[in-house]
Amino acid sequence: MRRHPGLFLSIIAIVAILAGIFVIPKGIGTQWMPWRLGLDLVGGSHLVYQVDLSQVAAGDQDSVVNGLRDVIEKRVNLFGVSEPQVFTARSGNQAQLIVELAGVKNVSDAINQIGETPLLDFREVDASSSTATNTQYIYTNLTGQYITGAQLTFDQTTGQPQVDINFNTEGAGIFERITAANVGKPLAIFLDNQLIEAPVVQGPIAGGKAVITGNFTVATAQQLVQRFNAGALPAPITLVNQQTISASLGSNSLTKVILAGLIGTALVILFMLFYYRLFGLFAALSLIIYIALTLGLFKVIPITLSLAGLAGFILTIGMAVDANILIFERIKEELKRGLSRAAAIEEGFRRAWPSIRDSNTSTIITAIILYYLTSSFVRGFALTLLIGVLVSLFSAITTTRLFLRVFIKDKK
Amino acid sequence: MLNIVGKRKIWFALSGTLVALAVIAIIAFGFQESAEFKGGTLWNFSVPVNTPSIADVQTEFAGILNVKDATVNFDPTNQSFLVRFGTVSETDHAAYLSALKSKWASLNELSFESIGPSIGAALLKNAIIAIILVLVGISLYIAFAFRKASRPISSWKYGWITLLTLFHDVAIPAGLFAFLGYLNNIQIDSNFIVALLVVMGFSVHDTIVVFDRVRENLLNHRGKEPFKKIVNDSVNQTLARSINTSLTLILVLLALYFTGPVDLKYFVLTLLVGVTTGIYSSIFIASPALVLVSPKEA
Repeated sequence: MRRHPGLFLSIIAIVAILAGIFVIPKGIGTQWMPWRLGLDLVGGSHLVYQVDLSQVAAGDQDSVVNGLRDVIEKRVNLFGVSEPQVFTARSGNQAQLIVELAGVKNVSDAINQIGETPLLDFREVDASSSTATNTQYIYTNLTGQYITGAQLTFDQTTGQPQVDINFNTEGAGIFERITAANVGKPLAIFLDNQLIEAPVVQGPIAGGKAVITGNFTVATAQQLVQRFNAGALPAPITLVNQQTISASLGSNSLTKVILAGLIGTALVILFMLFYYRLFGLFAALSLIIYIALTLGLFKVIPITLSLAGLAGFILTIGMAVDANILIFERIKEELKRGLSRAAAIEEGFRRAWPSIRDSNTSTIITAIILYYLTSSFVRGFALTLLIGVLVSLFSAITTTRLFLRVFIKDKK
Repeated sequence: MLNIVGKRKIWFALSGTLVALAVIAIIAFGFQESAEFKGGTLWNFSVPVNTPSIADVQTEFAGILNVKDATVNFDPTNQSFLVRFGTVSETDHAAYLSALKSKWASLNELSFESIGPSIGAALLKNAIIAIILVLVGISLYIAFAFRKASRPISSWKYGWITLLTLFHDVAIPAGLFAFLGYLNNIQIDSNFIVALLVVMGFSVHDTIVVFDRVRENLLNHRGKEPFKKIVNDSVNQTLARSINTSLTLILVLLALYFTGPVDLKYFVLTLLVGVTTGIYSSIFIASPALVLVSPKEA
């Protein structure tokens, strides 16, 4: 880079211009790849469900939580939400399921439908503690998570509506083992923790098919089939946290935060021009390149930008020129000591580096700790802050240095 | 050249008073914790047509909906009501919403947030862990970065002084929020904690710039000049950059404060106060404190 500063600067400038076109909220860039914005900017719901794992064996918890996520994902997809996000958070014995619905019109309906999904499980009768009037059941690991599909059928003799369910291979295996172990004994089927029926097992059932013959009407059986086909919940969930933001409030926040970012950038540029004159111009150009590159990076990764994330990025605009300030002050000192301009610039960069490195490290430490210890909204802030600081080190040092090498030469 | 180190007693007295006031405010008033920390509901809605008064909304909640613990505030920027009460289920929320809509047809729900107490407790715990980790991480890094500058004072002392200025820079905005909480019911949320953490990162930023110069001058002038003079020279030499680096951040923060969204207002205010305090402490507290902990006539 020392030998061809002009070439490298041109490459950076071209990449930055392309990134700039790519990130502008209107036009080609957006048609090609739209921005991912957080719920607090587009409106939507952030729902946190607590998963009750008390009836799940420790070894199965991960698969149950993952199964739960898949089921809820299927459910949520039925709402026609664009890019619904469903993810899980485990901490010790606690598991949480986080559902993010962007732009849902009727959140209440969505919440009800997520919660309504049937919870199906099979239980064995505990012969040792059951009495004639009080039957005790033992949970088996056969639950609705193994169901691949359900159909409405009618009993051939009574004409009663019934629900046929099909298990996947894993579920079929479990079903076969359970039925084999319980020949001649009842096997209870629970739906939403209500006993539906407890037919006596005639013999081991292979092939992964079971029939539920509750006291169904055609309508209730039909509804159950639909709900099974969308997926049954392998563990009960309760809604513990709900945050819903309207689309109007979200877009209002977005406009305001962009405006603040533009004004902030303009103020920083004016200050740099006023205080550092020609050097300030290069810092300003580097800052614009920094903004284009960082936003481009956010979009390519892609990072979902929340309000906090954008705030974090705007803060880095104020911090990105810090390294330039340290360098320029140092160059001024070197010039006073009588060095030539080119020598002062090289010396200024070299000598300012330790303090730039040390001071940015503290922000990087803060951002990393924040990222690992927080969730959703704050996490976005930590991530944009971290990426911003890293890119700003590049832009303040490499880009600005190239500018100075290309445009400031010793007077002959 | 400003004799900053020489007048250190004035700066220490000023900072000591401010920090003492902040600590008293925190002890006396405590913080108003938001629903995010203690669990609860925050409901934000506007009624553009026939806007009721705060008292009307209060009556509606306490009387008709039977939500006795509801507190109602009006947000003039969004022209909306902010109602806070305990955690409710989605069924209740839907019922309240339809009841309110039948009373005020133009009601427009802007946001609804209901958080269970367990979430809040976990959040608060993580926030405290984060603060401790940041404090430890930064001081360890400073001690490491300044390991070569161990004379006349050990590199650990740079770390300790950095911690002291960190405490100073965090205590003052925290005290302000305890006071604002008492005065205007301003609540602290996770954004507040994040802002304090960023203030920490930034406060160190400035302190490091001065310490870095002390480190360099010590290597160049060791033994030739008294430590006190080296420190005072270093502060003066780095004065412009200490102020300018923070000033650019303050410019951005002012833009966010005055034109940015309402949701960020107190987050930005915490940062503004913290960063401003940070400039002051890096110049007037950190460096004089170095002299204070150095052996006499080193």
